[in-house]
Amino acid sequence: MIWAIYLLFGIGLAFQALGSVALHRFPDAYTRLHGATKCTTFGSIFIYLGVMLYGAILFMEGQTSYAGLVSHTFLVLVLIMVTNPTGAHAIARAAYRSGIKPKLLVVDELRGAGK
Amino acid sequence: MAVIATAFVFSMLFYLLLTAGSGNIGIWSLPELAFAVGFSAVLALVAKKIFTKLGITPTRKLLNPKRWALLLVYAVGPFLFSMAKANLDVAYRVVTGKIRPGIVKVETGLKSHLATTVLANSITLTPGTLTIDLDEKGNLYVHWIYVKSKKPRPEEVCGNFVKWAGRIAE
Repeated sequence: MIWAIYLLFGIGLAFQALGSVALHRFPDAYTRLHGATKCTTFGSIFIYLGVMLYGAILFMEGQTSYAGLVSHTFLVLVLIMVTNPTGAHAIARAAYRSGIKPKLLVVDELRGAGK
Repeated sequence: MAVIATAFVFSMLFYLLLTAGSGNIGIWSLPELAFAVGFSAVLALVAKKIFTKLGITPTRKLLNPKRWALLLVYAVGPFLFSMAKANLDVAYRVVTGKIRPGIVKVETGLKSHLATTVLANSITLTPGTLTIDLDEKGNLYVHWIYVKSKKPRPEEVCGNFVKWAGRIAE
């Protein structure tokens, strides 16, 4: 069972690392947001799942106080799923409105929309 | 009344999640259960008062538990699947550097603000697509990391999210 936790942590860390690499690979604020916010969210989900599994195993072994570990991590998971897109959207919108132009664009529908 | 009930249920749930594992009635101790009921009742009344004072009339649709159940089904089913798929796609683009970014317009056809919010957040949470702005007609402007067509249909950008957002919140 402990290997399942290691596997979840491994997947999570791999995506977190990809998110960091994306910061260096991508050319501008918007594309970097894709890597830096989304990949890390997905990585975090796996790490939380690993923590929840660990808590659940200890809970099943009779240490009832570890139910808190599971439920707290679940709360964090829900909250990060709600706040992450809000934050990413706010950064992107603020960047566009303050005149940072996206690079390498093939199409920009927003420019003609009078925004 | 529905506002009070919803606020009560959610604060109770929140408190119970925070205090899980504190005792042996279920997994809660008696004082925590009593506090849960007490705090939730107070919070529900305060929420009702604040809502009335600020003149907010909550969308009645979200007071329906069926829609919350649908949201949960959506979150763990089709949404998680397409998020995983999109993550692998973006991982490939991070490694190879093959990007073709652009800002496209997605005509959703959704009327309610709530449904538009659900859809915009779903699009933003999916890697590769990022909602930047929206206009009065409910069209979203989405930064897309690999533009497949310059005038895309909604399904090309966000799969069946539009249908689900309509089902949950329209």
